[in-house]
Amino acid sequence: MRRQPFEAVVDRYGPTVLRVCRAVLGPAAAEDAWSETFLSAMRAYPALRPDSNLEAWLVTIAHRKAIDQLRAQRRRAVPTGEVPERPSPDGVPGGWESDLWASLRALPLKQRQTVAYHYLAGLPYAEIAEILGGTPEAARRAAADGIAALRRTYLEGAARS
Amino acid sequence: MSARNTGAGELFAALPEADEAAQRRLHTRLAAAAAAAGILDVAYRTVDTPVGTLLVAATGQGVVRVAYLVREDPDRVLEQLAERVSPRVLRDPAHLGLDQAAREIDEYFAGRRRRFDLPLDFRLSHGFRRTVLSRLLEIEYGSTASYAAVAAAAGSPRAVRAAGTACATNPLPVVVPCHRVIRSDGLLGGYAGGPENKATLLALEAGAAA
Repeated sequence: MRRQPFEAVVDRYGPTVLRVCRAVLGPAAAEDAWSETFLSAMRAYPALRPDSNLEAWLVTIAHRKAIDQLRAQRRRAVPTGEVPERPSPDGVPGGWESDLWASLRALPLKQRQTVAYHYLAGLPYAEIAEILGGTPEAARRAAADGIAALRRTYLEGAARS
Repeated sequence: MSARNTGAGELFAALPEADEAAQRRLHTRLAAAAAAAGILDVAYRTVDTPVGTLLVAATGQGVVRVAYLVREDPDRVLEQLAERVSPRVLRDPAHLGLDQAAREIDEYFAGRRRRFDLPLDFRLSHGFRRTVLSRLLEIEYGSTASYAAVAAAAGSPRAVRAAGTACATNPLPVVVPCHRVIRSDGLLGGYAGGPENKATLLALEAGAAA
């Protein structure tokens, strides 16, 4: 099996990884996490087994980079208690970042992660359990709870307003 | 959205499947970071010319591949580079070496450049073919040589057919002037970029040299 040029990997999986990063981290930190993910993936790419599941591999790297971003945010947050939101370079007032992200941000991290990895990246719960630790059933429950909470806060909130 | 995601699609409708402006910005950032980290093994870009779009690829050592996209599928060219050089291949129009290559190719087609001052990476050619390519660099702008003369210059006067194959499989057309090699009977012979483009390059050089 031949290894495709890394350009083709970025082209094919870049949009999905960006959606995942945005759902887990929000619009501002997502681009840093995406960049770290693909730089790290490119470094390791020549040694990757050619038959690897690229999407699962990339989401696993993105997961770690997102954790790094969250840790960095917490460190920065210590003096002030609240991380100032950096303006999104493509931020549209009233766009997803203000509404959907507000609902996503209210979820516990594990729910946000399972929702993103399953519903945006399409990974099965068994793979998600490998990434997060725990059982596939626990991952399924976290995702179901996350989706239910999003329905309440985001869809019904939008319907009321 | 697949059946698996039934019901969740509406939730994420606000989160774009593909955000092209963001992807472009992130791609540029990735190429710059990869180049700075020394892991961009093959950078490429395209250059528009009177003989169609050329794909130009470079390694840290120099230009490694020029491909006529009227004759070759870009995906296939990139797959070949991934296999034979490194899979760490990225489009990077801002790459310094590629920027210089694009400028020199523009100047050549404008009739303002007679020789390329580009570092070249010959790693895609081996043995006799590589020897032939190095001899081609000695054929002056605006002049031609026969396949037989090139075979002799490469040290194997009887290997005329092999010299022809070396020209036909030249991974660096235009910058390594295989278009200046023609048949002993005066006919142009074949060309990696197609016979009509060979005629175009020779006419350009004849006109600019006159």
